[in-house]
Formats: sequence, C-alpha cells, structure tokens
Amino acid sequence: MRGAFFQALLEAAEADPRVHLIVGDLGFGVVEPFASRFPDRFLNVGVAEQNMTGVAAGMALSDKIVFTYSIANFPTLRCLEQIRNDVCYHRANVKVVAVGGGFAYGSLGASHHATEDLAIMRALPGMTVVVPGDPVETRLLTHAVAEHAGPCYLRLGRAGEPAVHTGLAEARIGRAIIVRPGRDLALISTGGMLETVVRVAEKLGAAGAQARVLSMHTLKPLDVDAVLAAAVETRAVLTVEEHSVIGGLGSAVAEVLAERPDVKVPFRRLGLSSAFASQAGSQAFLRDGAGLSETGILASVHRLLEAAGSRA
Amino acid sequence: MSRYEVLARNIRRHVLRMTNRSKAAHVGSSLSVADVLAVLYGGILRVDPARPEWPERDRFILSKGHGCAGLYAALAERGFFPVAVLETFYQDGSPLVGHITHGGVPGVEVSTGSLGHGLSIACGMALVGKRDRRSYRVFAVLSDGECDEGSIWEAALFAPHHGLDNLVVIVDYKIQSLGTVKEVLDLEPLAAKWGAFGWTAVEIDGHDLAEIEIVLSRVPLEPGRPTCVVAHTVKGKGVDFMEDRLLWHYRSPSDEDLGRALAGLGDNE
Repeated sequence: MRGAFFQALLEAAEADPRVHLIVGDLGFGVVEPFASRFPDRFLNVGVAEQNMTGVAAGMALSDKIVFTYSIANFPTLRCLEQIRNDVCYHRANVKVVAVGGGFAYGSLGASHHATEDLAIMRALPGMTVVVPGDPVETRLLTHAVAEHAGPCYLRLGRAGEPAVHTGLAEARIGRAIIVRPGRDLALISTGGMLETVVRVAEKLGAAGAQARVLSMHTLKPLDVDAVLAAAVETRAVLTVEEHSVIGGLGSAVAEVLAERPDVKVPFRRLGLSSAFASQAGSQAFLRDGAGLSETGILASVHRLLEAAGSRA
Repeated sequence: MSRYEVLARNIRRHVLRMTNRSKAAHVGSSLSVADVLAVLYGGILRVDPARPEWPERDRFILSKGHGCAGLYAALAERGFFPVAVLETFYQDGSPLVGHITHGGVPGVEVSTGSLGHGLSIACGMALVGKRDRRSYRVFAVLSDGECDEGSIWEAALFAPHHGLDNLVVIVDYKIQSLGTVKEVLDLEPLAAKWGAFGWTAVEIDGHDLAEIEIVLSRVPLEPGRPTCVVAHTVKGKGVDFMEDRLLWHYRSPSDEDLGRALAGLGDNE
C-alpha cells in the first residue's frame, strides 16, 4: 500500500499544484521521488509531529492541500490535539497519513502498533477516516482524499501487500465495495484484513456457504446503506479489523445495527481485545494470536453461524 | 494623546466592560497585551477591515487565546465588526467565545485556547509566504507560561531553519510580576534562548508604545531570520489595583471594580 500511496500522491501533485507533503523524518527510500520532483512542495520537519501538524494546518489555511506522513501512531496520537484543534476545528485541508496500521510493524513492539487510531480519529468532528483494503484501493482513495475538501485520515498497511482487486475502476469515500457477492453471511472488512477475509470467503464458498465480502474502506462517513443491506440480505454479519474492537469498524457497524430494532441479525465483532501485544512477533504471528488469521476468522464464522442456526 | 494611547485605552475599557458583563476570567491577560495590540492594529498590521480575507493581509495569531477580549476589542475598534458586538462576549449564542475563535468573527485568523499551538500554525503560513513569494507577514503573540510547552520549541527550531524572516513572535513576558513565572518554571534567560535557536531576539518594555512601534516597524530585524520580541509586561496593566496580581487571571471585575477601573483609566473614549 505504501508504494501505491506514493505513486498516487505523485500523480495528484502533478495534477494539482496545491498538493504538498510533510514528513516527520520518516519515509527513507520512499519519499525521494516526491522530494526531487517537487522540492518546493516537500518538507521534512524533523522528529516533531506536533509542529508538523501545526505547520500543515497553517499551510492549509493558506490554500494548500497538505499531506502529513509518518508511521504507526506518530502522526496521530503524538499530535492528537493539533489534529483536533488546528486541523479539524478549522476544517483545514490536511490529510494525515499513517503507514503501518495494526500490527504491520510487528516485532518493533507496542509503541509501533497502531491499534486504537481508527477509534480516536473517528471521534474527531469533521474528520473523514479512510482505510484502504489493498494497493488498488489505496491508489484510488489517495486521489479521492486529495480531492476531498477537509481533514482526512488515511491509514495504510505496509509495503508489498498483494492486490485483491482486479479491474476496480472507482472507489468513492463513504461507499463500501462489494468484493464478493453472497447471501449466507456478510464479512465486513476494513484495511489490510481484506486479503485474508477474501480467502476465508473462498473457503466458505467451497464448503457451500456464500459470504458477501464488503471492503469498508471508509469508516467515517460509514456506508450505512451497505451495512443495513448486509444485515437484511444475509443471515449473519461479522466485522473484521486489525484494530481494537473498541471504537473501530465493529463499533461503527454495531452502532448502526443497535439503532435499528427492526433489523435483527446475528452479529459479531472480530478485532483486537483492549490489550497490548507485549511479545515480539511478525504481523502474521500477532494477527494469529488475535484470531485474525484465516483459521481464526473461520472459527469465528462457524461460531456465528451456529448461533444464527440455533436462533433460526 | 497619541493614536496608540487612545486605542490602548479603548481596548482596556472594552476589556473591563466585557469581562464585568460576562463574569469572565483572564482580564489581566488581556490588559497586559493591550499596548502591543494597540500598536499592531493601530499601525503595524497591513489589514483591511473591509476585506478581512484579503490574500496579502498580514496574519495575526493570538496563540495565548485567553487574551481574547483584548483582541476582540482591537478588531472592533479597527472596524472589523461593530463595537456593539462586544457586548455579547462570552454570552449564550455569541460568536465571541472565551478563547479566541475564528468562526463568524471577521479578522480572527485562527482559533486557539490550548497553549502551544499558534506558533506552528504561524510557521506554516509564513512558509507559504516565503515559498510563494508573497508580501504578507505573520505575527504571533505568545504568553510566557506558553513557553513551557514543548511544541513552542519545535516551532522555534523550525522557523530559523527555513529562514522565515516574515515571522514575528511577541512574548507577553510578565517576569516582573511577583516572580510567578520564575517560581513555576524558570524561562530565563528567555531572549537568549530564542537567540540560541536562531531568532533575532530583542527585549522591550511591552507598555512603551513608542518602543513597541519602533521595533515592530523595523521587522525583520535581520534579513533571513525570524524576529522574537520579548515584551516585558505587567499583568493587569493600566488598572492599579489589578497590576501584578495573579488574582486577576481568574477573577472577573465586579460592578464596583469596573467603576474604579474605568475612573482610573480616564473618561475620554
């Protein structure tokens, strides 16, 4: 996703001279093409995320479109109040970009696990929260974010994820993508879990249960229609996210379902418990420990379907 | 009376009435910057009340957002909005919020209130000004206590590195006042700190209107470097029973206090 982001950012900058990039002394080996192509629209502010975000707000209030870029929690939590007051309150055209969502930086430890960022960004007034599912969505949504007027948070995975989509022509902010049709159950995925969720759906399909897969690449504004359609048209809904179950995708979907007493569907949130991962481990290892591997998701699906069956 | 004296006194009169009517705090913090605001809005800032969004206007950021009554008063006196609007300060439904707020208030560039934010925003505006070869300058007023915030020093490193000589910081430095800043977290030598970070830093009497004007009309003091003016001020300046009294950071003037204060300032509007 990282490569797709920088490719799209270069394209966006070619198309619109207002597009700027500010980094907090991270991005070695990936920011150089932008920096050399647009030296007057690139800035490395050093290891100073509060200043990075305030400077971005000041530039945005001077009619620029400013992407701030760092990894994990550095561009979000370290400078949260600058995002809230300077960016969101002023509706400044700042796009906060984090690489390394979830456990992407695995063995670097809990400081580098972005596992509450979606909840926190989603709570900020005026903030649009975008979490692409694969490099194809990343490219399309980077353009959409650049063209969107106002604050955005773009949460990326890592480098080198495979493309899930083939031939996807459009991704619109606030509009979920139906990656796979199905009416037996719905798997709603956000971010880089998409590849695994699609594999789970294929396994289920081979066993005779057709799972609808939604890539919920925008958490705010949430595609409420897609959530309700999944709840009404399938027999069970499971949300899957590499993020705390508090405040992210699962919470957002639960909020929709809970306020619709006419919609009764077995529902589970699959994500991280509210705890730190204190062991070293690769992203795959840490996901597996949280039940987010293919096997883990399948187990959650079976439990959910059993509950749905016993209810029916 | 000079133009600046009249404006400074009018700002003080408004501030006293506004905080009395609204029972709001921070009267002392607005009075301490009244003279700096009078010189800025009375002569230094290139702004046009008829065109508050004029692209080449100088930008002013009150990073110490709790001094908002003084800025609202200066803007009203300068003609950005009717003086009568000041009567709504802090009241239900008013655009004049108790920390400086931009929405619906012509002339306010940026909302602040949490200390340590304004200088970075000013840096962003100044950087665009330099890179796009624009003529505007950016002025930011910080409080002394605000210089405890680490984010101020992130921005203090940034501005000289990028040669932002279109940026001017004025620190409302009440070091003389009971020594409270010194007791809490000593900032001295403050001007030397800014100088060491790469700013051209000078110290002035923040209530000497002529001295304020001389310095601010000469910025940048050195080409290629941002300017820091450490303005020595007195909390509650201009109202004898409020001067140097921390109490008036918090207390709102009663009707009796208001009468005494206005009498002390003189009757002329």
